[in-house]
Amino acid sequence: MRPVVIAGLIALGLLVILPFGLKSYGIYVLTLWMVYSIAAMGLNLTLGYAGQVSLAQAAFLGIGAYTTAIMLKAGYPFFAAFGVSAGLAFCIGLVLGYPALRVQHHFLAFVTLGFNALVWLVFRNEEWLTGGTYGLMGFSRPTILGVDTSNQVVFYFFSLGIFLLLAFVLWWIVRSPWGRAFQALRENPIRANSLGVDVRRMTLLAFAIGSAYGGMAGSLFAPLVEFIDPHSFTLDTSLMLLLMVIIGGSGKFFGPILGALLVVLLPEGLRFTEGLYLIIYAGLVIVLMVFCPSGLLGVYDRLSAAVRIRLAGRQEPSGGDVP
Amino acid sequence: MNNKDGNVLSVREISKYFGGVCAVDNVSFDVREGEILGLIGPNGSGKSTLFDCVLGQLSPDSGEVRIGNTNVAGKRPCELNKLGIARTFQTLQVFSQMTVLENIILAGQEHHGSMFSRLFGKRDAGLTEAADEMIAFFRLTHVRDEMAGSLSYGQQKLVDAAMAFVAGPKLVMLDEPAGGVNLTMLVDLKERLKTFNKEHGATFVIIEHNMEFVMSLCTRILVLANGKIIAEGDPDKIRNDPVVIESYLGE
Amino acid sequence: MGEFFQLLVSGLSTGSIYALAAVGFTLLWQASQTINFAQGEFVMLPAFFILVGTHVLGMNFIVAVLFGLIVTLVLLGFAFKRVIIDPMLPHGVLPIVIATIAFGILIRDSVKEFYSAEAQAFPSFFSEETMSVFDVVISLQDIAILSMSLATIGLLQMFLTRTRTGRCMQATAQNRAVAEILGVNVNRMILYTFLINAGLAVIASVLISPIYLAKFSNGQSIGLIAFIAAIVGGFNQIRGALAGGLLIGVVDNMSAAYISAEYRTAFPLLLLIVIILVRPQGLFGTSEERTV
Repeated sequence: MRPVVIAGLIALGLLVILPFGLKSYGIYVLTLWMVYSIAAMGLNLTLGYAGQVSLAQAAFLGIGAYTTAIMLKAGYPFFAAFGVSAGLAFCIGLVLGYPALRVQHHFLAFVTLGFNALVWLVFRNEEWLTGGTYGLMGFSRPTILGVDTSNQVVFYFFSLGIFLLLAFVLWWIVRSPWGRAFQALRENPIRANSLGVDVRRMTLLAFAIGSAYGGMAGSLFAPLVEFIDPHSFTLDTSLMLLLMVIIGGSGKFFGPILGALLVVLLPEGLRFTEGLYLIIYAGLVIVLMVFCPSGLLGVYDRLSAAVRIRLAGRQEPSGGDVP
Repeated sequence: MNNKDGNVLSVREISKYFGGVCAVDNVSFDVREGEILGLIGPNGSGKSTLFDCVLGQLSPDSGEVRIGNTNVAGKRPCELNKLGIARTFQTLQVFSQMTVLENIILAGQEHHGSMFSRLFGKRDAGLTEAADEMIAFFRLTHVRDEMAGSLSYGQQKLVDAAMAFVAGPKLVMLDEPAGGVNLTMLVDLKERLKTFNKEHGATFVIIEHNMEFVMSLCTRILVLANGKIIAEGDPDKIRNDPVVIESYLGE
Repeated sequence: MGEFFQLLVSGLSTGSIYALAAVGFTLLWQASQTINFAQGEFVMLPAFFILVGTHVLGMNFIVAVLFGLIVTLVLLGFAFKRVIIDPMLPHGVLPIVIATIAFGILIRDSVKEFYSAEAQAFPSFFSEETMSVFDVVISLQDIAILSMSLATIGLLQMFLTRTRTGRCMQATAQNRAVAEILGVNVNRMILYTFLINAGLAVIASVLISPIYLAKFSNGQSIGLIAFIAAIVGGFNQIRGALAGGLLIGVVDNMSAAYISAEYRTAFPLLLLIVIILVRPQGLFGTSEERTV
């Protein structure tokens, strides 16, 4: 079996066993990691595969979270809220993306930045809907198929199930001809266009699907933390999600999952440094960007390629030009 | 596909200005089915700009481009591709992060099925066989699973051509296909183009600077200078045309 | 009516400070494709260097300002370029975006941790007096700030167009390869750009800190407004950044007073989005195609 598959199975095994060895807070952090992974996976599709820099993912996380919180409070079943969150995020992504994706890359970053800031303002100011700065609470973890997910471990497995499902869906998309088209339009949109790839449509799709993933992550986020306020959906959060994608390795399937793990765990690990932890964290990020800008999986790629070449004693493929 | 005159492509009075500079000046020509048309001219004569106008990369300031009976001027490149027009670019444009096979499957997949089938259907959109055929045609089978970026320049040029051919286009427009290719590969490339033209009846329009390549491959030649067509005819006629010689030497 | 003019003048005044930050931001982008997401923190930090000078090292204010200037030029000009930007330039814009964001966080939290989380008073160069013109109360400080900022930008513009070094810097920004062929020391020109940006940040810091007090969190709002000003004004013209800064300053002030204080930032943001979608070269920029 290929090493990736083996690693995946081991990881899966760990994910199933871990919660039984961790305290409640540890399980919470693990669940948080999965929720952020979903949002980061979506952003990876938009950025890593389709090449669009989006700083709006936190806004979609928030849209999903608030929608779900409001619907849960109103008594709707979770999956209804989940579906509406996904659909709403997808549609808003389409509406935002349609004009926004026509501009050059660095401008898109600013448009999405502006959008995120605007959405945050709405979250903060519209108290009647979102509770304003006081936030929303009074919604509890849902009962799924008769099982109450209030318990940390139960909710963890519920999230794990959704995480695996969404990861599978994304894997399917990326492995399909759609994924090939995404890759092409990231590497060379002009050439892709000339080959019949509808670059505009595919870019918009990648953006909208990425946004929908943000919404779905938000939908899980709300019952996880049981209290949401605008503070969780600021530009800083968007940047954190971007960081997850880049650190793990943008454009690689497992990149965002790895990146999310690091970004969620590192502050926990640095907790002992108290006030200094954000400084150390930021410093580490800078060092990482200076030394491995292609992310950790990029480093892994280079290392494994070097190992492969060393082992096989390979030479450049023959059949080249004969001078 | 052809319009009533049996022309695959009709270009009428295309003009393109960049600021005050006229790059293409009221150019009209037809492309007949099955021919290999060469487009030559000194540097800066407007050949690539003309190509870009025809192929939707640029919007012409005036004029029409007719495929069959529809005016396609200003349509996007992906739409033109779906209408059966393929092109290659002057600078090499294969996807270096994908294998040769993947490159060619990509080139074909947009012509197969729908968006829906491309998501839920087979991973290779059912194109592995057709792609392999094309790979075999260009004698690239031994590098089928290599990253396109790791191939030699000449091999990449062949992959580029394979990508243009795989969807079975009616019209292929090649922008300096011989650029930077060594002699052996060049002979190969020429021979493959000729064979494809004969076997599939595909029509070619080629921009080239390499005179030997053009003269030995093309059935008809257009000469462009200062954005205008100054001569037209078969290779022998063009070779001896004083106006053409003047425009090349007198620049 | 009187209130309108007051708002206008104070808007122009704060706007001119934003313009300084916007100009620096624009220069960095033009010269080296660097999007500096820490620009806000660059404006926040020098004030703290100066405060260290006066409160910790016991210097008098003027000396402290010079001290702050030198430290800023070294750290936020030279070191920033060499240590952070240079190694990452070959890898494209995105790593630089992340790194400058992280750098901003680093600066922000370092100030919070090592100096203070509280807002600090900062001495002003100008008096607090106001004067009445036609029943309108105008703060002399506003006039002074506006004059200083405009003078700074004017001097900068003259430097860039009338001196040899300045013209070399412009050449580098417009077409690096050609500039190099023509014998321009491209790397040094880019260094100068970073130094100028640091200098502009110091001036902006000294002007804005008396008004808003020096606080570690200032960078976030200033930074956002600086980006908006640069883009709305025109990303490839100093004139544009200046105009953008003034415009945003006024819009910000007016919308807070006349429309909604809670949604005050929304108007510059909406302007940002609209301008990018409708006229990406900005209100005063020229639409030149940059090959990134």
